[in-house]
Amino acid sequence: MTPFFRTLAALAALAAAAFGPALPAAAQDGPLRIEITEGVIEPIPFALPTFLAEGREAGRLADQITRVIAADLVGTGLFREIGAQAHIARVTSFDAPVAYADWKAINAQALITGEVGVRGGRLTVRFRLYDVFSNAQLGEGLQFQGSPDSWRRMAHKVADAVYSRITGEGGYFDSRVVFVAETGPKDRRVKRLAIMDYDGASVQYLTDGRAIVLAPRFSPDGNRVLYTSFESGNPRIYVMDLGSVRSRPLADQPGSMTFSPRFAPDGRTVIYSLSQGGNTDLWVQTIDGGAPQRLTSAPTIETAPSYSPDGRQIVFESDRSGTQQLYVMSAAGGEPRRISFGEGRYGTPVWSPRGDLIAFTKQHAGRFHIGVMRPDGSEERLLTASFLDEGPTWAPNGRVIMFTRETAGEGGQAALYTVDISGRNLRRVATDTGASDPAWGPLLP
Amino acid sequence: MTLRLSHVLLLVTALAVAACTNPNRFGAGGAGGAGGDGGFGGAGGIGTSGLGDPSDPRSVAYFNQTVGDRVFFAVDQSVLSADAQATLRAQAQWLNANSQYSAIIEGHADEQGTREYNLALGERRANAVREFLISQGVAGSRLRTISYGKERPVQVCSNESCWRVNRRAVTVITTGAGV
Repeated sequence: MTPFFRTLAALAALAAAAFGPALPAAAQDGPLRIEITEGVIEPIPFALPTFLAEGREAGRLADQITRVIAADLVGTGLFREIGAQAHIARVTSFDAPVAYADWKAINAQALITGEVGVRGGRLTVRFRLYDVFSNAQLGEGLQFQGSPDSWRRMAHKVADAVYSRITGEGGYFDSRVVFVAETGPKDRRVKRLAIMDYDGASVQYLTDGRAIVLAPRFSPDGNRVLYTSFESGNPRIYVMDLGSVRSRPLADQPGSMTFSPRFAPDGRTVIYSLSQGGNTDLWVQTIDGGAPQRLTSAPTIETAPSYSPDGRQIVFESDRSGTQQLYVMSAAGGEPRRISFGEGRYGTPVWSPRGDLIAFTKQHAGRFHIGVMRPDGSEERLLTASFLDEGPTWAPNGRVIMFTRETAGEGGQAALYTVDISGRNLRRVATDTGASDPAWGPLLP
Repeated sequence: MTLRLSHVLLLVTALAVAACTNPNRFGAGGAGGAGGDGGFGGAGGIGTSGLGDPSDPRSVAYFNQTVGDRVFFAVDQSVLSADAQATLRAQAQWLNANSQYSAIIEGHADEQGTREYNLALGERRANAVREFLISQGVAGSRLRTISYGKERPVQVCSNESCWRVNRRAVTVITTGAGV
């Protein structure tokens, strides 16, 4: 293991465990210095010369691809780009030896080089990652091939590989988010189901806005989406196939309202809330028409269920204690165990894909927070605070959370934000319209 | 010609009166407001008819304006206050006297709450109204409930003056003896 890699691995471990408010400084035995002040990690400086290209089309794509890679890395808050105007060395050939001294001179700790080619309607992107202060390449060079209109995804794949090699964590850039696009005034909001890249690019609308739609959720393979729609008059769960953009209602019971669906990790079982006669309980059924089974039978509100990654447990919210609180229960039902004991109300729990944390919405003293806690309820930590934050969803690597933030008043608008699990790096996701209820899909193959 | 003009004037006057009395009465998109400006889909085969003359006690307009089509709730509650019960007793009387109509009870919540919980809370409120109307002799088969959660506020400011009117259950009169 090179010193560069060792230190960065330490950074990754820190970032993953960034839980206590006071973080120790990283162990220093290599040339890198990672300064940590009050929980803020000094971002790692990297150089990313515009990828090489032959021909005009490849040149344009090389430019765009390089910018997307930089935006992905900088957007994590863990990296800082050293702009091209500061570069001393010029990369003229993808295979030429690297002038490490020139990159050290500008204190670039990581160097990413690449080239882009378009031949026979196929786009090829190659890249290499270097640990400058160790005078060595970090991992093998990689090559991605596809159609030119998938250039954005290839850029995300490069960034995922770089992020993953440096932090030791899975990436999350080549992924998509389903959400609800919002337009129109607050009392007559038009809500459309939409899908986009994780960074807000390539938005596609999936419903036409005639019916209110709420809270879409991806299937584990990312090919289907569960959501709630008022299409038939009453709130009801639908499942959409993203390939055909066709929806069908999930079978439900007459005289009931169904909502808050989520897939089990098996991709076949759906858990959801069903309201009848003013009472809301949790139910499960298979996606292809199995008989619904009741999981809870309390006279209170049981909703917002989410499975643990191994599918054995569920976390949900209930007001059986008098206020909204979080409970963990066996996926087969049984006695729920309350895990939230802080002040205020807790809702919309979502189990992390790593299994180590549960994200939630907390409402206390007129403010809303996104927070995380261990599945046993310990180590609660609030990551955000605002007039109205709600509905967290996890990045595929369990390091970043996306959620809805709505501003107050007549002109109040909903927007999507991301924050990492240490509470750092709060960012707004760029969307053309108002946006709410994000659900982060899996890393794409 | 004169006759037609007077008809038009009458209609305009009626609309103006309705609008002044309660500009937000249909703000929730009403169950009958299928596919209109509120942007939701058809509400499942619901008939449309005129509201009639508000001075006629048998008219829907009278129900909406004089009887009162809505009741309000305390924060995170579905308990019916004494005021709410008085309104609902009058609603039940009207429904018992006008059996050609049915009703859809819409439950709503204010924006202070998470989306899923508010849907469930709206359903709880709508159901509290339905149960009360049934206790006053209205046949349950004439009363359907729907929850909009926090999706359709009538007032859009972000303080209690708006929130208290958004925490509501609205009895929307529809034609037909059953739903």
